[in-house]
Amino acid sequence: MKILVAVKRVIDYNVQIRVKEDGTGVVTDNVKMSTNPPDDNAIEEAVKIKEAGKATEVVAVTVGEEKAQETVRKALAVGADRGIHVKVDGILEPLAVSKILQKIVDKEKPDLVFMGKQAIDDDCNQTGQMLSALLNWPQATFASKIDVKDNKLEVTREIDEGLETIEINVPAIVTCDLRLNEPRYASLPNIMKAKKKPIEEIAASDLGVDVSPRLEQLKVEEPPKRKAGIKVANVAELVQKLKNEAKVI
Amino acid sequence: MAVLLIAEHNNKELRPFTLNAATAASQIDSDVHAVIIGQNSGDAAKQLSELPVVKKVLSVEGAHYENFTAENFAPVIVKLAESYSHIVCSANTFGKNLMPRIAAHLDTSQVSDIIKVISPDTFLRPIYAGNAFATIKSNDAKKCVTIRPTSFDPCESKGGSAPIEKVDASEEFSNTKFIKREEIKSDRPELGTARIVVSGGRGMQSGDNFKLITEIADKLGAAIGASRAAVDAGYISNDHQVGQTGKVVVPDLYIAVGISGAIQHLAGMKESKVIVAINKDGEAPIFSVADYGLEADLFEALPQFMEELNKLNTIQK
Repeated sequence: MKILVAVKRVIDYNVQIRVKEDGTGVVTDNVKMSTNPPDDNAIEEAVKIKEAGKATEVVAVTVGEEKAQETVRKALAVGADRGIHVKVDGILEPLAVSKILQKIVDKEKPDLVFMGKQAIDDDCNQTGQMLSALLNWPQATFASKIDVKDNKLEVTREIDEGLETIEINVPAIVTCDLRLNEPRYASLPNIMKAKKKPIEEIAASDLGVDVSPRLEQLKVEEPPKRKAGIKVANVAELVQKLKNEAKVI
Repeated sequence: MAVLLIAEHNNKELRPFTLNAATAASQIDSDVHAVIIGQNSGDAAKQLSELPVVKKVLSVEGAHYENFTAENFAPVIVKLAESYSHIVCSANTFGKNLMPRIAAHLDTSQVSDIIKVISPDTFLRPIYAGNAFATIKSNDAKKCVTIRPTSFDPCESKGGSAPIEKVDASEEFSNTKFIKREEIKSDRPELGTARIVVSGGRGMQSGDNFKLITEIADKLGAAIGASRAAVDAGYISNDHQVGQTGKVVVPDLYIAVGISGAIQHLAGMKESKVIVAINKDGEAPIFSVADYGLEADLFEALPQFMEELNKLNTIQK
């Protein structure tokens, strides 16, 4: 079984983002970037499946600018075998990314494609489902548990009402929830080894995919600020304010 | 062209967020049709026809729709989409799972999780877990839009009498099989929809100490939340995590106890209507978003809080 894992480079989750003054986006220059957190879970799960002898190869793929390759390199350092970097300038919409990934799937013929359930920058939560539609493959979104059984997966999904378990036939798409596993850290020797693993570079323009934007981002602004609150002197005052002023208890 | 709303239901009745999505749909265009796909979902279809904003109900029945599998739902909606300008549903796990599959089939760039309809083609949506708002204009002929339920009021549920039209089922997608659903049965409200959330952070110092939070949550009928730090320290399981990488909550009252207020936590709760912070560090960033801040040792403050609550004659539920 061969697993393709898609990873995205985003602003690190610990960074307080700043909106550009001209309203065109958020500041990304000199800002710490890292792999989208649930994409780390996707890589971890793929590597675990390989370690359990149920997969033969883990390939990490990213779609993005020059520096996006760092996320592939990180995936290699925690156990992916090789990488693919689809180079493209600017920001693509999930529809365009899923079309690019479809081309990579056609070429690589993986049995499974894993990725995070959502990217923490645009919060779209679309790419996995779109890719699965384009391929007409089954989709298991928001996965918190994966059992590999021959040519099937049993996947537990996090849904609003609780948990749902489905069985999907391979080939299939799985989007990963943070609860799926605990991603490992790369050890120094493995980081060094990862530098020797191959990363294939492909220009997005060579894939023959229409990636032109369909959406216009007219403005990015800061959310309305909360008005300054007050400090209360003691618990009695707090409860009194909640009861009589805010009227919430 | 009219707007097509996808109803969420459990085959017996509508799920509440359908009413919020109906409001959003009616803000895009007053001509709202609603599709309900399920098995033996007649009662839910009737409920849908009673929503005054819904002008027509399309009902699709089939055994393979019983468990709401996106792979089975998408082809039906894609077929219906021909007659509609917009497809709308809630951005909860039902809609998040389903809508992109429809959008990809229609070759449309979806607009996810909108919080405001600015015009029929322009929407406001949070990005970076609500740390920025983006105004997005869609240039696609057909627009697929998911809406954040807590940002739209539920529509009226009675008074309408839309006609219910039967629509043919599509073929079954055989590569996905439903096995089971385990609904969390708890006396406590669900974190994502609770009116009150009481959350603990690293300041709780241990999992045992979370009983101080549990006690208050029980008294208030509240859900229990936690910061990532508390989850990482193993005090509480990660399904309680509030924040950018956990759940985003918008309760009427959010009580943050022993939480310093890391950016990633604030992203998950700062839209709450009223925020209370209890922390012994008066400089903690959580106070910058709190309506009521109490600078105190939580191990003294929480028992006192419980005492004060016990003194109240009534507590809203």
